[in-house]
Amino acid sequence: MEQSRDGNLAQVRHVVLVLSGKGGVGKSTITTELALALRHAGKKVGILDVDLCGPSIPRMLSVGRPEVHQCDSGWVPVYTDPQKSLALMSIGFLMEDPDEAVVWRGPKKTALIGQFVSDVAWGELDVLLVDTPPGTSDEHLAVLENLKKHRVDGAVLVTTPQAVSTGDVRREITFCKRTGLQILGIVENMSGFVCPHCSECSNIFSKGGGEELAELTGSVFLGSVPLDPRLSASLEEGKDFTQLFPDSATFSAISSISQTLLKSLETD
Amino acid sequence: MELSLSQCSKLTWTLNVHFIVLDCPGTASEQAGKSESCQGCPNQQLCASGATKAPDPAIAEIGAKLSSVKHKILVLSGKGGVGKSTFSAHLAHALASDNTKEVALLDVDICGPSIPRIMGLEGEQVRHAQKRSKPFYVDDNLAVMSIGFLLSSPDDAVIWRGPKKNGMIKQFLRDVDWGELDYLIMDTPPGTSDEHLSVVQYLSSTHVDGAVIITTPQEVSLQDVRKEIRFCQKVKLPIIGVVENMSGFVCPKCKNTSQIFPPTSGGAEKMCADLGLPLLGRVPLDPRIARSCDEGRSFLCEVPDSPAAKAYQTIVQSIQDYCSNRATEVQRAT
Repeated sequence: MEQSRDGNLAQVRHVVLVLSGKGGVGKSTITTELALALRHAGKKVGILDVDLCGPSIPRMLSVGRPEVHQCDSGWVPVYTDPQKSLALMSIGFLMEDPDEAVVWRGPKKTALIGQFVSDVAWGELDVLLVDTPPGTSDEHLAVLENLKKHRVDGAVLVTTPQAVSTGDVRREITFCKRTGLQILGIVENMSGFVCPHCSECSNIFSKGGGEELAELTGSVFLGSVPLDPRLSASLEEGKDFTQLFPDSATFSAISSISQTLLKSLETD
Repeated sequence: MELSLSQCSKLTWTLNVHFIVLDCPGTASEQAGKSESCQGCPNQQLCASGATKAPDPAIAEIGAKLSSVKHKILVLSGKGGVGKSTFSAHLAHALASDNTKEVALLDVDICGPSIPRIMGLEGEQVRHAQKRSKPFYVDDNLAVMSIGFLLSSPDDAVIWRGPKKNGMIKQFLRDVDWGELDYLIMDTPPGTSDEHLSVVQYLSSTHVDGAVIITTPQEVSLQDVRKEIRFCQKVKLPIIGVVENMSGFVCPKCKNTSQIFPPTSGGAEKMCADLGLPLLGRVPLDPRIARSCDEGRSFLCEVPDSPAAKAYQTIVQSIQDYCSNRATEVQRAT
């Protein structure tokens, strides 16, 4: 079916990429929690999971392995709720065996991402969050190339506090500059752990690296999210942390980040 | 109207996805570019032309070059940020603590090279192109090579698609003067893509002892690691064992243990039992590990008596045993 250039993204108000040069810093976690917090604030949100070799979002939102359906305008995303306020599309849905490895070189990944970006019938969305794999390679270039036909608001960069991680994120910042992608801000994840037994705060992965990096590169620092076993557990079980622990420091951090992000999107 | 996947004929490309995932014949096979699963693949024409079938002469060159390396170990994980580089670096340090052994560490993570910083070589650069063949020496018997040494600033991004990354890996394996080595440890990026396929292919004419798989305890990590294990099985790479990293955190003040990344599905132990793989050990979270890595020092020397350092020593011993047993087996077979 032929579509205009904007096609399925025509009714998507804002597109935000979640990036990090480093793996395992919490891109998918931050994507999921931001989506839940934005929904909490009454927004319609979509998540596109382009991590082909390690899709984590389906589990984090506990949608299982539904069959993907098609309508006249393309693939119907999977909705997490009957109100259809949170839509999701992931490569995870296309795998017959969840343990199967997607052993693909770049060109195949590029082709699939092209399909993914243009063929999902998102309908009306306030924000579409795009969760990416670590690095600065095929997937990232493919997403940007395909989204450029539409409008990309910018990227949220996720890092953990230690230098080994901020070092990789510095490279991702260079990637954003070279590709003309606006940096909406930096989130520091896994920032400090408060012992549930004695309330002592341990900086397991050091502290302050995200804020330093934001200063160094002249980016907005969106906030830091502490290490919280309840957050890991909620994600493991696919539960909505923002509803389960609304009084936690972690929730207030996530919610403040989502508000800052929303403000910057709307004043743009 | 909504149709399910299997009902709709328009959906050939998605069905292709299933075929590709399961049935890509491989670029060097007779069926390359011709099988049903090749339909719609952007490389179909290239594969069908036959250009991909001729074996890369580099494979034989690498085989010859690395014949003086006794043991080759890959460090893998489907998941990012679980501690592959931390583990690779400390495995290298631990093996090199025996002065009679020659050890080298190769960083195959082209887009996110962490090894230079962890090994205390941040800011070091290979200054002249002709010196690209010389690794850096952290110690007399510990050599390191990474793309990080070829970048001019810490902000430099390597925005490369697959083929360029593969070329770099080929250079590292073929052109670096490793000399006589007891151990070559290769640290990889997360995933199961270009870098992994290339390393395995380039090493196909030489003997690889096996892979050490790193995971964290949560299911979100294990689900990616299972894919990596499947990858190893597909490419017939032996698995030495699994290491569970970030396994519990002992509060330095009250000494109580917290599961920061809870093993909700039984952790690495259950996965290993299910898949019949050895669990080499569990390394607890320790803020001193992250600090040592940031400062480029060996955690094993900094705090040798910590539970994490002890866990490392046991794991390294199992890997050494595995390698020497394998060497004896190979000797017996020949």
